[in-house]
Amino acid sequence: MLGLGIATVYLSLLVLLPLAAVAAKAVTPRFWDEVTSPAARSALELTLGASLVVTAINVVFGTVVAWVLVRDEFPGKRVLNAVVDLPFALPTVVAGLILLGLYGPTGPLGIDVAYTRVAVGLALLFVTLPFVVRAVQPVLAALDREAEDAAQTLGASGWQTFRRVVLPALRPAIVSGAALGFARAVGEFGSIVLISGNIPLKTQVASVLVFGQIESDDVHSAAAVSVVLLLLALLVLLFLRGLNWRHSRHGA
Amino acid sequence: MTIEVRDVTKRFGEFVALDDVSVAVDDGSLTALLGPSGSGKSTLLRVIAGLEAPDAGTVLIAGEDATGVPARRRGLGFVFQHYAAFRHMTVRDNVGFALSIRRRPKAEIRARVNELLTLVGLAGLHERYPDQLSGGQRQRMALARALAVEPRVLLLDEPFGALDTGVRAELRAWLRRLHDDTGVTTVLVTHDQEEALEVADRIVVMRDGRIEQAGTPRELYDRPANDFVMGFLGSVSRIGDSLVRPFEIELRTEPVDGAPEGMVRRTVHLGFVVRVELVLDDGTPLTVELSRPRAEELELAAGDIVWVVSDVARRPGRPPATAPAPAAGR
Repeated sequence: MLGLGIATVYLSLLVLLPLAAVAAKAVTPRFWDEVTSPAARSALELTLGASLVVTAINVVFGTVVAWVLVRDEFPGKRVLNAVVDLPFALPTVVAGLILLGLYGPTGPLGIDVAYTRVAVGLALLFVTLPFVVRAVQPVLAALDREAEDAAQTLGASGWQTFRRVVLPALRPAIVSGAALGFARAVGEFGSIVLISGNIPLKTQVASVLVFGQIESDDVHSAAAVSVVLLLLALLVLLFLRGLNWRHSRHGA
Repeated sequence: MTIEVRDVTKRFGEFVALDDVSVAVDDGSLTALLGPSGSGKSTLLRVIAGLEAPDAGTVLIAGEDATGVPARRRGLGFVFQHYAAFRHMTVRDNVGFALSIRRRPKAEIRARVNELLTLVGLAGLHERYPDQLSGGQRQRMALARALAVEPRVLLLDEPFGALDTGVRAELRAWLRRLHDDTGVTTVLVTHDQEEALEVADRIVVMRDGRIEQAGTPRELYDRPANDFVMGFLGSVSRIGDSLVRPFEIELRTEPVDGAPEGMVRRTVHLGFVVRVELVLDDGTPLTVELSRPRAEELELAAGDIVWVVSDVARRPGRPPATAPAPAAGR
C-alpha cells in the first residue's frame, strides 16, 4: 500500500497536475476557434499524419534491423548495434543540424528537401529509429528457435514460419516500440525546428506552433492546441494498447 | 519407412559433432540413439530431419537421397525436448498447424485434431494455451502435432528429458504402445540407458560423434563391443583389468584359490537385490549385487572377509562363446 501511495503522489506531481493545469488554461469560450484555425488545423494534421507514417515505417524497418542484429553474423555488427542508439544520445537540435547539412540546400548528396514536409518525416524517422529496434531485439533474442524448427518440420516455408510463429511472438514488442516511437514523434521539436522551416500551413508542426504561440503571449491558444495534441496521442496509444491486449491475453 | 545415413560428417566450427557416421533404421522399428551429451546423437537426428545440413555424406529416406531436401518436404514428424510449442496458439491450433499449412478444409482439420487429441489423451483441452498445460501434457500435444499429417517417420529428441520421473515412465510406456498401434518408424534420442533398453527394438550407442555399437538391447547388454558400451548400458564393477556386471560376481565365505580377498564395508537392501560394498585387499573398492536369498544365505555384515569369484568370459574384448558381437558402425 505504501508503494501504491508513493507511486500515485509521484505520478500526480509529475504528470497529472501539469496536465490538469494545461487543460484548465485551455478551457475558454474560444477553445474551438483556436484549435480549428487554419494554422492550428494544418499543424495538428501534419503532426498526426507524419507521426503515423513514420510509425508505420518504423514497424517494418525497425523489425528488420532488429532481426539483422540478432540473427545475422557480419563484420561491423557491434558498430551497427551501437549506432542504433545514436538518435537517443544525440541532442535533437544536433540531429536537425546534421539532417539540414545532409539534405539541405548545400547538402553533398544534391538532395534538397529542406523546408518541405518530407524533411519533417525524415527528422522524425531519425529520432524514432531506436524504439522499435530496441523493443524487438531482446524478445527476438530470447525467442525459442525450436518453435521455428518445429514449424519447418510441420511443412511451413520460411515466410509461413515468420508470419505464423515468429511475428505473433514479436507483436507485443513491436506494438509497444511503435507506441513509444509514436509518442516521441508527436512531441518532437528539436530535430524538426531547423530543417522544416516552420512555414505556417505547410511545414509547421504542432509543437513548433505551440512554441510560437507562447512566444507571442498567446497562452490560451497554446494550451488549447496542446490539449488536442494530447488527446490525439492518447487515442492512438490506447488503440495500440488495445491491439496488444487483444493478442496477448493468453501469451506468455 | 527405412532411413539410411551414409558417411555423414558434421562440424560446428572446430567441433566435430558427427565423424563419418553410418547407420540404418529399419522400417517400422523403434530405434534409440543413446549416448552422453556431446556424443552427436541429437545432431544426427537433426541431420535426418533436415534441420542441419551435413558437411559430407548422404541421408536416404525410403531409399531415396534426401540430403538436399528441406525439412518441410521430408514428411517426418519431430518432437523436441522442450516441446517447442507455439505459445500464442491454442492446443487445437498447435495440433492443426501442419494441416492448416497444407490448406486442408476447416471441417477436416477439426475432425483430425479431435481424433489426435483423443489419441494422446488430451480430449477436452482444445481451447487451452500451452502455458496452461503441464509438461507431460505439452509433450503429448507436441506428439499429436507431429502426428497430424501422418509422418513417414517420427523423430524424438530427448522427448521426456524435461519431465519428472513418474511422468517419464508413464509417457515412455505410452510411447511404446503408440508405436505398436501405429507402426510408424520411430527414432528416439536419449541419454538414459534405461529408457533405451525399455522402449527400443534397436539401440545405437554413440560417443564423440562416432557410433560405438548398434544392435538389439539384449545384444548390447550381453555382448558389449567395448568397455564404454558396457559401462553405458548398465552398472559395472571392475576387477583387475576386467569389467563385470555387479550381479555376475559371486561371493564365498570360504577361501578360493586365486580369488581376490575383500572386506565387507556395507550392505544395502534394495528390495530383491542386496548391494554389497567391498574393499579388496589391494585397497580398490568393489560393488557386488546379490539376490536376496543368496545374501540371506551368506549372512554378510560389515567387517566380514569374503572371496570374490567372477565369470570373466563376458568381459569386453573377449569373444563370446556363441555369436560374435555386432561390429561397431554399420
